[in-house]
Amino acid sequence: MNWLVLLIVIVMLAAAIAVLSLRNLLGALAAASVVSLGLSVLFVILRAPDVAMTEAAVGTGLSGVVMAMGLRRLGLWRVEATSSEAGAEAERRLGLAQPVTDPEGERHDV
Amino acid sequence: MYRVTSLLFAVGLTVLLFALVSHLDFGHAPMVVGESVNRLAAEQTGAANFVTAVVLGYRGIDTLGELAILFAAATAAGLVLGHKRSENSRREADGGAILIYGADLFFPLLLVVGLYIILHGHLTPGGGFQGGVILAAAFFVPVLARPGGGLNHRALSIVEGLAGASFIVIGLWGLWGGGEFLQPMLDKGTLGELVSAGTLPLLYLAVGLKVGAELAGLLTTIAETEANE
Repeated sequence: MNWLVLLIVIVMLAAAIAVLSLRNLLGALAAASVVSLGLSVLFVILRAPDVAMTEAAVGTGLSGVVMAMGLRRLGLWRVEATSSEAGAEAERRLGLAQPVTDPEGERHDV
Repeated sequence: MYRVTSLLFAVGLTVLLFALVSHLDFGHAPMVVGESVNRLAAEQTGAANFVTAVVLGYRGIDTLGELAILFAAATAAGLVLGHKRSENSRREADGGAILIYGADLFFPLLLVVGLYIILHGHLTPGGGFQGGVILAAAFFVPVLARPGGGLNHRALSIVEGLAGASFIVIGLWGLWGGGEFLQPMLDKGTLGELVSAGTLPLLYLAVGLKVGAELAGLLTTIAETEANE
């Protein structure tokens, strides 16, 4: 059983690193769901099926959907944005990049 | 800079967690309350799923608090998300053949699974919250497939209000008949039967309908108030 736990933890860690490092926000979202899915399998192994079901339904499904809708609403829904240009666009819109010299930024207030 | 701070935060959290669990064996935590619950729950509440016995029988008022928090969060999100788009800017394309047929296929399946999980919450793992989320998904997938359709928000809020009110009414019934708020009432029946554990399945049905209606309404609101690109 321990090798299974080890495998799941490694997958979860890899997915968590992918969340931080992926420039494509939709891909990062999918990776976050993978972390949640691994966690729910861990809950099953720890014999907490109730918590596992909650984690699978809320952590993997619902929060992923809510965040995906948020991406769509912010206009960051890009399926094949791997270039650094798309990442820069995302950072500009989320207000993470250094500002705001372009007048366009105003228009996207939600 | 913010990456460095979040990394520091994650490292700190890991150290704290490690300090907490380093002297515990994996999977063999000391279970003082748990052992008492395991010994007494079946006899006292009649529920085969002891998690349900704790969530609704011993700690029902906490569940009421959880419902209140969820209600406040959904209401606040609905307020922040603002008004719907005007009708003529809402001409979105359908979700495509795969999503439409998938939605038609999954809607009854998710409905049955959600209701099963809610109604068997006192017997098998699961219950009102998990089944409610699945019900919300069942009603949200068709909205994704056909964006013009939408859900009837008035009906959703009626279901949600009735379910929340019936949870409190069952609690008051326990107060009147058993002496304590949310005291389990009715006959406990045979352990493991579908109709057993008194009022606990009724409470879970109320929780499931409330959570499902609330989350379906919230998801639909998010989808309907999207900004145009």
